[in-house]
Amino acid sequence: MRDVAIVATAQAKSTVNSTLTTPELLVPVITSLFEGLASKGVERTDIDFWCHGSCDYLTGQPFSFVAAVDVLGAWPPIVESHVEADGAFALYEAWIKIQTGQAETAVVFANGKSSSGPVDRILALQHDPYTEAPLWPTMTATAGMQARAALDAGVVTERAMAEVAARSQRSAMSNPNALLRGEHDVDELLAQPYANAPLRTHDCPPVTDGANAIVLATADAAAKWCDRPVWIRGIDHRIDTQRLGARSLTTSASTAIAADKAGAGNGKLDLAELHAPFTHQELMLRSAIGLDESVDINPSGGALCANPQMAAGLARFIEAADRIANGSANRGLAHATSGPCLQQNLVAVLEGAS
Amino acid sequence: MSDDVLRLRQPIEVTYTWSAGPGSSGHMQALSEGRLVGKRCPVCEQVYFPPRGGICPRDGVFLGDDVEVGQTGTITTFCIVNVPFLGQEIEIPYVAASIMLDGSDLAVQHLIQGCPADEVHVGMRVTAVWKPAEEWSTTLANITHFAPAGNDEEASDA
Amino acid sequence: MTERVAIIGVGQTKHDACRADVSVAGLIREAVDRALEGAGLTLAEVDAIVIGKAPDMLEGIVMPELWLADALGAAGKPVFRVHTAGSVGGSTAIVAAQHVAAGVHDVVLTIGFEKQSDGNAMWALSVPLPFGMPVHAGAGGYFAPHVRNYIEQSGAPDYVGSMVAVKDRTNALKNPYAHLHQPDITLENAMESPMLWDPIRFVETCPSSDGACALVLTSEATADRLDVPTAWVHSTAMRSEPTMFAGRNSVSPRAGEMCAADVFAQAGITNPLEEIDVAEIYVPFSWFEPMWLENLGFAPRHEGWRFVEDGVTEMTGTLPVNPSGGVLSSNPIGASGMLRFGEAAMQVMGTAGDHQIDGARKAFGQAYGGGSQFFAMWVVGADKPTT
Repeated sequence: MRDVAIVATAQAKSTVNSTLTTPELLVPVITSLFEGLASKGVERTDIDFWCHGSCDYLTGQPFSFVAAVDVLGAWPPIVESHVEADGAFALYEAWIKIQTGQAETAVVFANGKSSSGPVDRILALQHDPYTEAPLWPTMTATAGMQARAALDAGVVTERAMAEVAARSQRSAMSNPNALLRGEHDVDELLAQPYANAPLRTHDCPPVTDGANAIVLATADAAAKWCDRPVWIRGIDHRIDTQRLGARSLTTSASTAIAADKAGAGNGKLDLAELHAPFTHQELMLRSAIGLDESVDINPSGGALCANPQMAAGLARFIEAADRIANGSANRGLAHATSGPCLQQNLVAVLEGAS
Repeated sequence: MSDDVLRLRQPIEVTYTWSAGPGSSGHMQALSEGRLVGKRCPVCEQVYFPPRGGICPRDGVFLGDDVEVGQTGTITTFCIVNVPFLGQEIEIPYVAASIMLDGSDLAVQHLIQGCPADEVHVGMRVTAVWKPAEEWSTTLANITHFAPAGNDEEASDA
Repeated sequence: MTERVAIIGVGQTKHDACRADVSVAGLIREAVDRALEGAGLTLAEVDAIVIGKAPDMLEGIVMPELWLADALGAAGKPVFRVHTAGSVGGSTAIVAAQHVAAGVHDVVLTIGFEKQSDGNAMWALSVPLPFGMPVHAGAGGYFAPHVRNYIEQSGAPDYVGSMVAVKDRTNALKNPYAHLHQPDITLENAMESPMLWDPIRFVETCPSSDGACALVLTSEATADRLDVPTAWVHSTAMRSEPTMFAGRNSVSPRAGEMCAADVFAQAGITNPLEEIDVAEIYVPFSWFEPMWLENLGFAPRHEGWRFVEDGVTEMTGTLPVNPSGGVLSSNPIGASGMLRFGEAAMQVMGTAGDHQIDGARKAFGQAYGGGSQFFAMWVVGADKPTT
């Protein structure tokens, strides 16, 4: 495999009920990406491939991604693709493209205005359209069922879930892009009423509008474009059956395979950015990947503090890569999820200078 | 098996709140005042009406200054629509045209009425026909249609 | 680094206005099972799956690949979703081919589908939005003005659009999977067909179809071992440009011209008209055949319509175009691009049946989408690529 590095990142500050259109949300992100690279003499025309992640139903418009081409400065025409998925999957496509030798550099970007519509209800339409979707199984409802199963199986406890929430919001205090942040006492959190039993408000992600972007480059380009490239040492994604009654809801088999294929266990991890929109899911992911107490989990605050749908997975790459690039960590893991109850999972291992 | 088992009807209703965005709001505000306002790209200096979300699609930058464009323009192409469709608000047949308004560099889509459909042609000069002012809101539908301006030979060379 | 990529299975459904006999899952399995049968493989032997379709609003399922994982036996495997508007069937095949070319996976199954009868396609493609002027009336209303520009600029006679329709619908009679079979079509009755979006007639318009297409792609080593009819990917290319901007040529978009030049150059082709034996190009409205012939570099500017008039694109012509009947005869949107790519592969595999072009060694597949702004193309050959 060719060595591929993350050489630049950009994120919009998370908001909710943004009055910006999706392209307006993206312009500052793409602009700041290239402002950061300007000192290295990099221009948009130096990018070989562009890949975008977003979701039409979230935006409420078919072909909604088409308007995003307007923000790229796609003239002369560019080599570009789009995934109806989280931007982390767009990053995977760009990584594949670079592996074929058809590109040396790529911009990956993602956006999600989760507040445009009832996101919980929209994602219910991911289910079997004949038998399940007509029941409108919302994301929070299915996550609640999963949490109940995990509590009953003894895989998690409500206290451990509250500890995840408290730690996440505390970590988010140093993250200017987070939507939720603060110091919380675990006992006080546990005294809160249930929102969707057994989930309390702090167990669930905030509705978030956001956008972000990453630049990938091969070794030659990375050497010119970046002082401290962050290498993608391994990347893989896997899916589980969607049917909630046909799989164990208390483990994540697909995460375990992806983490293994990505080489998560091949060395000590300093940090892991896990795309766990619900507190119990973080605990399940840690167990599926085999992360011990020494690993710094979600130093950004994670998806519990900012969860722009379709961008929250790519945000995990950015948060992990930025900490490796600034030297506060050297080897980290980025994870993205999609589908009800952690159905689909992508894992990558990132590393600074080895 | 009967057909009612093979297929079932499952209406899906989702309600969205759309943002016009700051890049379009000046344009829309002007429409409610009977004016046609687009924006100029600071890079390529082309005038976009409507301002397409306030972004130059060629340069990928926010558009700059507001520019008022003409109420009259030239048809660059058109088609005559004879097909009914869901959500249709206009009686068929009708002429849908791309119109380059004087002072704009991007054609706007609108209806042509006021002459037989077979007299509509590329290069035809047409002018905006507005609803009564008391019916105006922040939409291009304030203009019911464009009608022949009767001076094809004066077509701008833009 | 780049591995050679083989296409060893092409499967498609019977395309129809309403496949009420199958679910979405049943529809894709019909195509997948046929593709695997041709390849002599089973689902268990597939390493990764790449799925493409057009807007999810067409069926009302958000990211349907998540639900379809079960029907594809995909648990524990990678499933990847692509959406690039109408070009998606082509771009999905390209993304799948890149999984093999990159050396990441050995056997990749790729699928494009649409089950338009499950929703309302005219609504899903023209959701009325606030703030705008809803004048388009679907894809035909969007593209008809481009067609008018083409006719005026090229001086094409008005019957050329109907000639393409007669050719494609006649070709479709040789394709048992085609949606429309119109044995009694003639130029005379085609010219009497009503104008839907003047200058586009009803007969010059693609149908709305349910259908799926699947391809099995493998590495060179696996293809050699299996010894089944094989097409080799010689080159792939994609290009995009903005929907509209001041001065844009929407009749012959530069993204299409660049994409074609790139895909032919990579395949070592200097004279496409001579070197390509058969082409499957995305023609949802018949006038797009002459428009694309020019855009792709097969015909000189403003002369694409002469190719149609002279029979160049007939099955017996120098460059047969859409012997399958094309998008004009079957349009399951998300599958339509992959059908072009798959039909091109079938021609060089020698498995196209009654619509086989004898001796086809090199074939071209093209798909486009959005406002004629997204392009995906590939060249496939009966022989392994030399580069």
